[in-house]
Amino acid sequence: MTREAAAWTFVAPALAALGLFFALPVAAALVLSFTDFDIYALADLGNLRFVGLDNYLTLLRTPLFWKALGNTTEFVVLGVPLSIALSLGAALLVNARAARFRAFFRTVYFAPVVTTLVAVALIWRYLFHAQYGLIDWGLGLLGIAPIDWLGDPDWAMPAIVLFAVWKNFGYNMIILLAGLQTIPDELYEAARIDGAGALAQLRHVTLPALAPVLLVVSILTMAGYFQLFAEPYVMTQGGPVQSTTSILYLMVDQGFKFWNLGQASAIAFVLFAILFVLTLAQFALVRRWSRA
Amino acid sequence: MRRAVAVNALLALLGVATLVPLAWMASVSLMAPGEAAHTPPPLWPAHATVANYAALFGQLDMARYLANSLTLAILATLLSLGFNVTAGYAFAKLEFRGRDRLFRLLIAALVIPAQVAMIPLFLLCKELALVNSFVGVLVPNLATVFGIFLVRQYALSIPTEMLEAARVDGAGEWRIFLSIVLPALTPILITLAIFAFVTSWSDFLWPLIILNDADKQTLPVALANLSREHVQDIELMMAGAVVTLVPVLLLFLALQRFYIGGLLAGSVKG
Repeated sequence: MTREAAAWTFVAPALAALGLFFALPVAAALVLSFTDFDIYALADLGNLRFVGLDNYLTLLRTPLFWKALGNTTEFVVLGVPLSIALSLGAALLVNARAARFRAFFRTVYFAPVVTTLVAVALIWRYLFHAQYGLIDWGLGLLGIAPIDWLGDPDWAMPAIVLFAVWKNFGYNMIILLAGLQTIPDELYEAARIDGAGALAQLRHVTLPALAPVLLVVSILTMAGYFQLFAEPYVMTQGGPVQSTTSILYLMVDQGFKFWNLGQASAIAFVLFAILFVLTLAQFALVRRWSRA
Repeated sequence: MRRAVAVNALLALLGVATLVPLAWMASVSLMAPGEAAHTPPPLWPAHATVANYAALFGQLDMARYLANSLTLAILATLLSLGFNVTAGYAFAKLEFRGRDRLFRLLIAALVIPAQVAMIPLFLLCKELALVNSFVGVLVPNLATVFGIFLVRQYALSIPTEMLEAARVDGAGEWRIFLSIVLPALTPILITLAIFAFVTSWSDFLWPLIILNDADKQTLPVALANLSREHVQDIELMMAGAVVTLVPVLLLFLALQRFYIGGLLAGSVKG
């Protein structure tokens, strides 16, 4: 056996699995999104018709699609900056010279990341309970009137954002912590000699040095947050009045509740297109940033 | 001095905020049915009881879901090791035509969200009679780009001279892989194993779609279903959450060095 042939025996199983169970389905999804694949086609493929762009045009005319897109955008726009801000804050705290028990706090902050989403979403559903919830009780101690977090269309998505931030901030904290540890002490030393206080050091030393890591983190977080699904599934079932129905929630409903698999594939591709464009835009931003 | 106090106070405050939901879960899971539904919410059980756990494992078949999740997570871990490790090593250290282009293609594929593949994957599983089977649950995660990437980054540090020396001595490629490469890769194998285990354990959408029978369900799917039927039973649901979370939290605490180290290898060095 030549070395080339041997090398192929090492990669072939993985490539075959990825091809059969990822690449092929992705290509098929694109084709499906141009068909009226529904429960009748599921029973007999003879009922399948190509409908061109109909699924996409139908989506554009469906108010619930725009609602889901708006809800998902709200989740991303509120959640990503809040998440990254808390991750950065936690990383700065753990990295601070005065910090004690660093390893302990790092582990504590990271623990929610490894938890099972469905289980912790259940916990938070009760924490947000308008009558028996710990959160409203805590707010009550501060003199704030109770909020019907998950029952009020205006508060349901912010509540899910708070939960998601709690669940996820530890992940980016670890990455930012690694970034912080690569900043040379001399930079801070020089800034101090120039008379920079803590805030000025953060602005002129820490943040510029972290910029590339922050951008990578924001791309990954944004992509993750656009895929919102299990949180509303467990906490609100997409409600109240569809205020937490996300793009993916709509896809699962269309696909596996109503069996409109063609329509659902179109939704999946819209999500993909949005992520693709936003990722390219952020890469372009990185490039401009690093050139400047 | 004042600054040191502020830093440590904030650290502790954030620590409390992070742990309160988990501590509350554990406390409520030990309360008598109905006890948590009071204003103000009780923080401790008046008389701690394991009645909720007894109900979960007695009437609600929790042991079966736990066994299903464990079986699937262990199989997913073994399969992930089997498929990703050889590929990751080959992309790092073996030469074959189109290797670097192929690798770039894999990385580019990371922008495609997994859910795009889900509907055709369901139809494929239906064709192959894999709907409602454990094999159906396992197929999407046999090989993953992330797993291949993780192993490749680590395998790059294996000295090529060591492999060449073995080749000069007449060892075949698989023999070299088993006796030299695998031992050198041990830390990243542990990392990959934890990632695969936790991913499988937490996976929700795909098992929800592909498994129909109640007795085949995984813990997260069963828990989500139970929570719709038992909305009022806060104590029971929190016991279910404890059962779901304890295995992964213990695994994380035992092996966190590998988990966090692997996360850095997979994200920053790239």
